[in-house]
Amino acid sequence: MFACLHGPGNLTALAFEFSPTVEQTSADTVALDVSGLDRLFGLPQDIAVAIARRAADTGLECHIALAANPDAAICAARGFRPSVPSVIPQGDEAKFLAPLPLTLLAPSPELLETLDRWGIRRFHELAALPPLGIAERLGPEGLRLRDMARGEAERKLLPIQDPLRFEDEIEPEYPIDLLDPLAFLMARLINGLTTRLATRGLATDELRLRLKLENRETHVRTLRLPVPSLDSKAFLKLLHLDLSAHPPNAPIVHVWLGVNPQKPQAAQGGLYVPTAPEPIGLELTLARIKAIVGEDRAGSPRLLDTHRPGAFRMDPPSLPTAVATVAPPRLTLRVFRPPRPARVTLAEGHPSFITAPSIRGKVIDRAGPWRTSGDWWTLDPWSRDEWDIALSDGVLYRLYCSPAGWFVEGSYD
Amino acid sequence: MTSALAQFASPDWQSRPEPILLPSGIPGIQLPRGALTEIHGLASSGRTSLLIAILAAATARQEICALVDAEDAFDPATAAQAGVALDRLVWIRSAHNAEHALKATDLLIQGGGFGLVALDFGDTPPATARRISLTSWFRLRRAVEHTPTVLLSVSLQPNARTCASLLIECRREKAAWAGSPAAPGRLLRGISVRATATERSKVCSPAFMAQAI
Repeated sequence: MFACLHGPGNLTALAFEFSPTVEQTSADTVALDVSGLDRLFGLPQDIAVAIARRAADTGLECHIALAANPDAAICAARGFRPSVPSVIPQGDEAKFLAPLPLTLLAPSPELLETLDRWGIRRFHELAALPPLGIAERLGPEGLRLRDMARGEAERKLLPIQDPLRFEDEIEPEYPIDLLDPLAFLMARLINGLTTRLATRGLATDELRLRLKLENRETHVRTLRLPVPSLDSKAFLKLLHLDLSAHPPNAPIVHVWLGVNPQKPQAAQGGLYVPTAPEPIGLELTLARIKAIVGEDRAGSPRLLDTHRPGAFRMDPPSLPTAVATVAPPRLTLRVFRPPRPARVTLAEGHPSFITAPSIRGKVIDRAGPWRTSGDWWTLDPWSRDEWDIALSDGVLYRLYCSPAGWFVEGSYD
Repeated sequence: MTSALAQFASPDWQSRPEPILLPSGIPGIQLPRGALTEIHGLASSGRTSLLIAILAAATARQEICALVDAEDAFDPATAAQAGVALDRLVWIRSAHNAEHALKATDLLIQGGGFGLVALDFGDTPPATARRISLTSWFRLRRAVEHTPTVLLSVSLQPNARTCASLLIECRREKAAWAGSPAAPGRLLRGISVRATATERSKVCSPAFMAQAI
């Protein structure tokens, strides 16, 4: 059993949702092998209804026909314009296709002119001609057309290879300037893409959104996920939060969404391994928190390979690899960001009295100075003399002197 | 039927199950899961050293931890030296905004899966910390109940009052310096901390040494 879809739009993607054997017959026609779908849907009518329902869900307007051979299905899909799918019973192809015009068979212009001069303009007229006479007068091309007109042409589909490019686009009827209507469109695209991924047993770890704006600019956002996933609700929420943080600067006239197909991650948790946040859920939680505290203020700290004090960067949380070991308690520094500028009174070259925002006191004990410097071979060198001091207010501070002046870096706690 | 009714009629049917206790990394102090623990003390009293020791112990157990840093005071370098596995730590820097810190904490707890969520109000002025309503603390306590998460709060003074299941007060006993005063080569070796843990009128006061070197 074969089906044919005829109409505008991305019919190939729709066909691949039902069958891996899909032929792109022409730009607006797709034929697919639906053998075996009866186990899922039942009768051929039910298969046709399922395809029609999915086409309606994805916004495609196409004509659907089912027949025992691909050419009969193609002719029916192209020739009839019924509101319901055409299902041609096996053996009744000639009767079903009889009223269709011969131009649907796409004969050569010379052959069409000859048939026209004979007065043969419909399928049933060509089907009624004797095969021997056609072979003598029109050759093998004529015989092939006669077989197709009778719905008896047998051939195999020429399947196309799925390019595995998962992308979809939509053009709204009017420019969109609010996030909620855009979310509706994005939900349609995301649901379609995740369904296509799921039918191939794939997931995605990257979402690429491209918005064409009314002022002819393009707004591009790319979201990378920690693990491949198919959670369409989480994808939509992540895109929603990302666009809230980085809104386009003009109304949107075109939406394009692409995903990066990946094999889904399969991992078995251990009985004695502590639970960890679900990766996509954690990504969503962090996106919500970033919307509150700021884009670069949530993540996992990573130390940089430098001796420069306070050198770190914020990375997205990743799967931990190293095994940590327990160390004895260490005295920890609470950092003032930014460092507090201080006025320092020196006695014999050492700090004796400190005044800084919220800090004032006499130095009652000290250690230092510890001189450090680095990056002198770059355009951004640094150098400093550090002291550990105990002030009369009972607090231990780290104080440093740099070319920019005196600063209190933090307190030991 | 009778035995079931008898079970409900027993005098302790309202009592909660005992919480699972976790080692904090400091001998003598155990932290309850699914409850709020509050650490308080003055500046340089060893609160942050205790918090970092707890984080180090939790990450060593392969738990994923979160630190909501209300004053942006966390130093990743000293934390890494203290044994905190930074790749198991999610750090939220709420930049001197207590309300943002509370919202972030709530989202983290609701997200689930964390072994420990710490809320650091260590440098927040007491007047600001006191303005956090008791309802917010109740909300956090309710959110963390029946989860395997330890919720920690660090502050200058106790704020959560009855919402905290365990209260730990840190007090610095002395600072240890090496070398003679005013001589070159003098070092800050660390501080001795007395941590007094109070839970349902049971008091435990272990001491530990937070070493600088």
